[in-house]
Amino acid sequence: MSRKLLLEHAEVPGIETYAVYRNQGGYRAVEKALKALTPENVLDEVKISGLRGRGGAGFPTGMKWSFLAKPEGTPRYLLCNADESEPGTFKDRLLMERLPHLLIEGMITSAYALGCRTAYIYIRGEYKWIIKILERAIAEAYANGWLGERILGTDFSFDLHVTPGAGAYICGEETALIESLEGKRGNPRLKPPFPAVSGLWGCPTLVNNVESLCAIVSIVNDGGEAFAAIGVGRSTGTKLISACGNINKPGVYEIELGLPVEEFIYSDEYCGGIKNGKQLKAVVPGGSSVPILPAHLILKTAAGEDRLLSYESLADGGFVSGSMLGSGGFIVYDEDQCIVRNTWNFSRFYHHESCGQCSPCREGTGWLEKVLHRLEHGHGRMHDIDLLVDISKKIEGNTICPLGDAAAWPVASAVRHFRDEFEWHVLEPFLSQQRNFGLAMEAVAV
Amino acid sequence: MEGVLIKEQRLREIFSPETMAEIQRLLPRFPEARQKSALLRILHLVQEENEGWLSTEVMDRVAEILNIQPIEVYEVATFYTMYNLKPLGKYLLELCHTGPCAIEGAERLLEYLKQKLGIGVGETTPDGLFTLKTVECMGACGYAPMMQVGEFYHEHLTEAKIDRFLEDCRDGKVALGTWKLG
Repeated sequence: MSRKLLLEHAEVPGIETYAVYRNQGGYRAVEKALKALTPENVLDEVKISGLRGRGGAGFPTGMKWSFLAKPEGTPRYLLCNADESEPGTFKDRLLMERLPHLLIEGMITSAYALGCRTAYIYIRGEYKWIIKILERAIAEAYANGWLGERILGTDFSFDLHVTPGAGAYICGEETALIESLEGKRGNPRLKPPFPAVSGLWGCPTLVNNVESLCAIVSIVNDGGEAFAAIGVGRSTGTKLISACGNINKPGVYEIELGLPVEEFIYSDEYCGGIKNGKQLKAVVPGGSSVPILPAHLILKTAAGEDRLLSYESLADGGFVSGSMLGSGGFIVYDEDQCIVRNTWNFSRFYHHESCGQCSPCREGTGWLEKVLHRLEHGHGRMHDIDLLVDISKKIEGNTICPLGDAAAWPVASAVRHFRDEFEWHVLEPFLSQQRNFGLAMEAVAV
Repeated sequence: MEGVLIKEQRLREIFSPETMAEIQRLLPRFPEARQKSALLRILHLVQEENEGWLSTEVMDRVAEILNIQPIEVYEVATFYTMYNLKPLGKYLLELCHTGPCAIEGAERLLEYLKQKLGIGVGETTPDGLFTLKTVECMGACGYAPMMQVGEFYHEHLTEAKIDRFLEDCRDGKVALGTWKLG
């Protein structure tokens, strides 16, 4: 049984209300930080904890915090990225639905460490009911003196607001999020300057994911070392994994980083194995943007070691035989799933979500979708397969924001690992319309 | 004479007092001169009041309230998928068809909905009750397939659930929720 730092009290009835949350020891981190720690102390604990950004990039949170510019007389802003829209990811939703006060507590503590007077939670507009949950919780926090002027009688004052998006995947990218929060189209900004120097309204701004901010609470309560003691290597602490696809028990699981992937998929404590007794075909381990891996490479690395749910282990082998932990959106495919169709589906998604600012992404995602559409529908040509690789290479690294990479990687990895299935679609245009290819790489699995 | 007319039109507020009060409540969340930040939420509010879509008149009035150019509202309204720029049915059925939902049969359900309602994606039934729309990942992948109607997610969706839901809509038993906090 994994230790739970985030979801420990998620099942307690009424935990979304202030009274119950407080009864379960809530807001102790704010008390401790404001009364016993300096902002620098909090920052040090976060650095010691080794916490890495839980939104997908995995950048060390303490280091990101230390980049925040602190010019005299200029306000600094803390933004919570609750735009969760990476296909396969639905973990922040659970945190905010069940534990809105945990997020508020994490944000107060973080804002204290960073010297922010005001913060906003930017949440995807589709989560309308969660906006109400959060605003109810924020009102309770104000009423009980955890938000507003001179919190706990200290000099620290802090305001927190919720502000919605309106349906745009790109707004999960932090500079697009800032643009959107300013009431504009979500077009990512050129960097530098980075938001830490010039972000919201030109002021120093820090953007952190919901789960990262929630993790701050246990880091302050129990110390950075206790957090760092969990996990493996530079993957410290616990992580929420949202598991979906052809498994017996889809849902959100809090795991200690370093859990073997095989245990995660087959143990009854987690996914409970593949549905209907089928065979595992492939996994997208970190949200739709990360490379897809066939069964033999998701369970073991190319070197034959157990693949673990950690930043390093999932990335082992680079993009040749590895993938990424990403946002923890764990999508499982059984033997009946068609990789070409799935790749086409994801390409349609990225084409739809491209903001249109950079030509390689705006045009390239459309080309990928078109080529994949004809391959899936039996009109593909053999050279289309290399054309896909060529297009994805020309998008990757050539755009302002990582959406270009996110669109390119799933296609490149699908062709790399499932080329025989793509070829089969070209060679068997009629058959491929009637049945699926089945398990790929069967020859390799010997 | 013309000038007086324009003035009178301006005095006639197109939004309800509740919506105006909600807007006034939102603005102080942002610093002076930065209140354009409330735009996205205001558009959600006024879209709800305007039967689910944004007309030019509505957008122009929002621009006036925020003291920005109408184009600043149009460019936002056309960028985000949750804003509708033409009239639609009373119930907007937003079916997710991204990867994880597709694995769980979203494509089949889309065909079912099309056939059941006799309309295509983006179309409205002749009785003005339903508009069908496909949307990209809604963050319900573990509870797929799903569709959103108003404020609510309908998860683990099946053909039987769709049948029941459409009936409930026809009987006026379905609440859509609101952007107003009240």
